[in-house]
Amino acid sequence: MRSALHRAASGIRWYIRELTDESAYDRYVAHIRQDHPDAPVPSRRDFERARTDRQEEDPRQGFRCC
Amino acid sequence: MRTAKPRTIVIWTLVALVGAAGWSVLALSRGENVSAAWMVAAALGSYAIAYRFYAKFIAHKVLKVDGTRATPAERLNNGIDFHPTDRRVLLGHHFAAIAGAGPLVGPVLAAQMGYLPGTIWIIAGVIFAGAVQDMVVLFFSTRRDGRSLGQMAREEIGPFGGAAALLAAFAIMIILLGVLALVIVNALAASPWGTFSIGMTIPIALLMGFYLRVLRPGRVTEVSLIGVALLLLALVAGRWVAESSWAGTFTLAPSTLVIWLVAYGFIASILPVWMLLAPRDYLSTFMKIGTIALLALGVVIALPTLKMDAVTDFAERGDGPVFAGSLFPFVFITIACGALSGFHALISSGTTPKMIQKETQVRMIGYGSMLMESSVAIMALVAACIIDPGLYFAMNAPAGVVGTTVESASHAVANFGYTISPADLAKAAHQVEEQSLLSRTGGAPTLAVGVSEIFSKVTGGSLRAFWYHFAIMFEALFILTALDAGTRVGRFMLQDMLGNVYRPFKNVSWKPGLIATSALVCGLWGYFLWVGVHEPLGGINQLFPIFGISNQLLAAVALAVCTTLLVKSGRLKWAWITGIPLIWDATVTLTASYQKVFSGDPRVGFFKQRSVYQDGIDAGKVLPPAKSMDDMHTVVTNSTVDGVLSAVLAVLIVVVIVDAARVCVRHVRRPALSTLSEAPYVESKIVAPAGLIPTQRERREERDAIGAAPGS
Repeated sequence: MRSALHRAASGIRWYIRELTDESAYDRYVAHIRQDHPDAPVPSRRDFERARTDRQEEDPRQGFRCC
Repeated sequence: MRTAKPRTIVIWTLVALVGAAGWSVLALSRGENVSAAWMVAAALGSYAIAYRFYAKFIAHKVLKVDGTRATPAERLNNGIDFHPTDRRVLLGHHFAAIAGAGPLVGPVLAAQMGYLPGTIWIIAGVIFAGAVQDMVVLFFSTRRDGRSLGQMAREEIGPFGGAAALLAAFAIMIILLGVLALVIVNALAASPWGTFSIGMTIPIALLMGFYLRVLRPGRVTEVSLIGVALLLLALVAGRWVAESSWAGTFTLAPSTLVIWLVAYGFIASILPVWMLLAPRDYLSTFMKIGTIALLALGVVIALPTLKMDAVTDFAERGDGPVFAGSLFPFVFITIACGALSGFHALISSGTTPKMIQKETQVRMIGYGSMLMESSVAIMALVAACIIDPGLYFAMNAPAGVVGTTVESASHAVANFGYTISPADLAKAAHQVEEQSLLSRTGGAPTLAVGVSEIFSKVTGGSLRAFWYHFAIMFEALFILTALDAGTRVGRFMLQDMLGNVYRPFKNVSWKPGLIATSALVCGLWGYFLWVGVHEPLGGINQLFPIFGISNQLLAAVALAVCTTLLVKSGRLKWAWITGIPLIWDATVTLTASYQKVFSGDPRVGFFKQRSVYQDGIDAGKVLPPAKSMDDMHTVVTNSTVDGVLSAVLAVLIVVVIVDAARVCVRHVRRPALSTLSEAPYVESKIVAPAGLIPTQRERREERDAIGAAPGS
């Protein structure tokens, strides 16, 4: 019972983090560690800044519909 | 030969019976009140069957989705925009991206023809056209590293069709922004409660932006929760403001709101993304998903009764006050989002294909999300049809027709063939704490009345005014976000086009170019907004058909690209899958454009309208609903612009379709001449289910694979 509740809670937390893209940084770090082990890992602050700046460059990223 | 299990047969027979029962009741009952439950049954039954059979057939027999082929997300994974995303997450992303104000506005306006035409088009349209378009575009874009629709049109059809597609996309963006802004103006005019709470979203978003940039970067969930809490506070505070001495400050005339909105659109689009756009987007997405879920729950719990006729007299006579023209083609133009929306092709190409894990998931993401949007459109239609038809027409007819007093409105509604007493009109406005509900065109206020009716049934009658303003805010919130984001996208397109003439424009961060193009885009949609607000014949009445035509035009471009690709990739015998929707869409759009340009009925044809009013000016007469000579001149100018625009849009559609047909014919005759720019096959290493619920075999595969996806 407890573990089922725990599983559900962590499932919901995982889903919300993914849906809001809060997990973007963790995903990026995992990607760098795995595919480019020698590359430096940016801080979360720098990463998030770079991410919104990308949208600045090409506003079609993340555009929503009518 | 594969045989179905008896249990499967029983389940699908039951689903078919539920759908059929819904359709039968909707189609056969006349003159008695029908429960919205039947509409829900017809919709859900049909969606389930379409998803299970038609979508599966398209995915496996026509597109031949290949689970062993790596998607761009896997091949080009960069951890940022290209990354394999869990299908359930991507469904949410994609749905939040495609569903906006469109499916909420169109069906409300189309309700003037009765609930039946709208229901049939929303359900049949999504199954055979809209969802098919979304899925096929998603598939082809996935096979092309997430190319955008414009790029695919250029590469697969040719530079001419590509340029027409680009121009069409720009024109549509401008008209869309103008019409959406008009919806907001009509909802907020003379409403201090609404204006205050919408205005408060700006400081709330700025605060959230600061939090995310400086205090706690990337903590989206917590900042969104803070934002939503503040938003609800602003909503409650709106009532206090409306009842206080500040009410006058926030009671704005439509023309004042126009200036505020254009100024907002301009400033927001040149501010950094992190300051206003990004936090606003989090806020509106949270509100959107939450409210849609609430509304679905509300409709199912309250199961309200439809008060609108199944088919009104306006359907045949074509003289409806909300928009002129008969059922064919105008219902199919008015309801775009929710049935068939060209805009979705911009999301299905570009963003989503870069994130999809498996080709096999295009059915769930492309087709499934569109079915979800369609159900939102059905809920909007329910909300519009449960309110008293008399009130519906008093709210949606142009101000020139209903007048300014409840007595004149009651009289005007009686002329339409419906009855509502002046006292009832006054009571309806009082119940939602608005000064007046007369001629609140644009769909948002009508939807809000319907929503408040549904929600207050669930929560008790006392919260009606709160729910009304909640619904207004929910729509206004994402329309404002769309104004900002859309201005940026329009600017980007403009910079790209101007860059061919004057080099520095290509550099998107070149400040003078950025400010000039932003101002131009805001000026363009601001023009349509200004015209819409000052149109004596009613802005929505005049502009909404052009918006619908342009949206369906974009769908024609998308379907033409899909059909060309089906032909060129050796799927000629299946070209009808998108070919028939294309023919239907082109017929509807071109008929509507033709009537808008050439119709002899001055309510429908822009040029006829122009000549009637021009003759009036020449004779020195003022024709109602115009009140002065200035109004007469306004009508003449506007109908000229609108008429020319309708004609240009129609020419663009024809160019794209003819160019696509040329490429298809050439391919059939001499296949060696055509090139197909598909990314080469790479074997996929990811194991992931295709549908929402994994099959037993998929479960086994996932267990066997090492390094399963996170969270599972």
